[in-house]
Amino acid sequence: MNVHGVRAIYKFEMARMWRTLMQSIASPVISTCLYFVVFGSAIGSRMGDINGVSYGAFIIPGLIMLSLLMQSISNASFGIYMPKFSGTIYEVLSAPVSYVEVVLGYVGAAATKSVILGLIILVTARLFVPYTILHPFWMFAFLVLTSVTFSLFGFIIGIWADGFEKLQIVPLMIVTPLVFLGGTFYSIDMLPAIWQTITLFNPVVYLISGFRWAFYGVSDVHVGISVGMTLFFLAACMVAIWWIFKTGYRLRS
Amino acid sequence: MQPDISVQNVSKVYSGGFHALKEVNLDIQRGEIFALLGPNGAGKTTLISIICGIVNMSSGRVLAGGHDIVTDYRAARSKIGLVPQELNTDAFETVWDTVTFSRGLFGKAANPAHIEKVLRDLSLWDKRNNRIMALSGGMKRRVMIAKALSHEPQILFLDEPTAGVDVELRRDMWNMVRGLRDNGVTIILTTHYIEEAEEMADRIGVIRAGEIILVEDTDKLMAKLGKKELRLQLQAPLEQIPGALALEPLSLSGDGYELTYTFDAQQEQAGVARLLRQLGDHGIEFRDLQTRESSLEDIFVGLVHE
Repeated sequence: MNVHGVRAIYKFEMARMWRTLMQSIASPVISTCLYFVVFGSAIGSRMGDINGVSYGAFIIPGLIMLSLLMQSISNASFGIYMPKFSGTIYEVLSAPVSYVEVVLGYVGAAATKSVILGLIILVTARLFVPYTILHPFWMFAFLVLTSVTFSLFGFIIGIWADGFEKLQIVPLMIVTPLVFLGGTFYSIDMLPAIWQTITLFNPVVYLISGFRWAFYGVSDVHVGISVGMTLFFLAACMVAIWWIFKTGYRLRS
Repeated sequence: MQPDISVQNVSKVYSGGFHALKEVNLDIQRGEIFALLGPNGAGKTTLISIICGIVNMSSGRVLAGGHDIVTDYRAARSKIGLVPQELNTDAFETVWDTVTFSRGLFGKAANPAHIEKVLRDLSLWDKRNNRIMALSGGMKRRVMIAKALSHEPQILFLDEPTAGVDVELRRDMWNMVRGLRDNGVTIILTTHYIEEAEEMADRIGVIRAGEIILVEDTDKLMAKLGKKELRLQLQAPLEQIPGALALEPLSLSGDGYELTYTFDAQQEQAGVARLLRQLGDHGIEFRDLQTRESSLEDIFVGLVHE
């Protein structure tokens, strides 16, 4: 195991976060705060409780998930896309590092950033709405698991993308709608029956539902299914990355 | 002695069907400077990229430092440093950070003293805290060399190191390459410039259309190929070269209308003046004359038609 190599990539990527602090941390925190102000404090005060949870508190897990998903994807995809774009990828390809080590470095750093961001948003939310965390261990486990899974997903997008536009398309055109329609702002049993069924095809539902269960003990789907679906997506991403490195897809001609 | 690099029957066909390398065999000895010459698209960079692990070969086998580059890639790659042709650098990182990153990536523990030495040797020490994007092209080239040397490689690839580089940097680079060779580093460089190969290399390999067509010691090759020609278009055709001129390296062609005088490019051109005088003495008049130096391209053509 090339520990120095993993550490070098990890440190390099973390340094990028400190350099782009405004974009990596400040901007998602500010936009989440705006959601809390508008939906939590302003509109939320006129909404009834959902499953015994005040509306302001109800949307916290979903909003953290929204930032977590977007930032994990954008951090990891950018992290591997930039060396491809600038050509510096030659160095990683010619280095004595295995693909597992490359992934550990890039995805590890992206996931770390997302976890830090998630915790910062969690603390910030406390300024706007009171909330409880019934299962702190599971809350943290979902946080880490989601960050890792979607950083892996971002890594795949970064390798697939051959232009900046493609880098943006998946987070904006696919992930954002899935998060908004995945129960961030409502419980899915508030939907008509047909839409409830359709919603179950949205993988983000399971993430948000499980995460919310860790906070308040209430969920749209059973928490076991949430964990299972998250692990399934994690495994799918790992298989995709294994295939990418095995075939050299868009990395080695 | 076991070669430091052994390329065995390596072929590369790109996905578009382009046959970049055809059954290439090449051994490079420990501690030699080997220059790989060839026109654009001949396969120089593809060959280097395969040895360094950036491009997958279609068939064949490569050993670097005695290690198979596929099955034992860690050991092989940790011995190799690469300075690619393109100026591919980070933009926002400092010189120090990017060179330190390279060392770690190649599996070596941090060694600030070594990094300092590399940066000082390449006149980069004063720029160590500068962001790379603020550096000039020549300085970026130095950074890329520093990155390649950061992990103390036993084998160094320099792909067109002096393309677009000023005289000072070229001289520095040649000195550095000699210094590395004196420390036992094997150096493989590609170049378009025959004088650079002549100046630097112990051996020269010529690659053309994916095939190594010649590998020779530099001095032998230069003796063979460093020729200049004077062509004279005559007013009247000659049936044969006059006896008094028979000792000169002359040949007659073009139905007796063209006289070609071949001489060593390194020599003074006194021979040309003497020849022209002698032609005048024999009443041989010419209407035009041209001189040309054998270019790298001629050498390739000549070799291929041999």
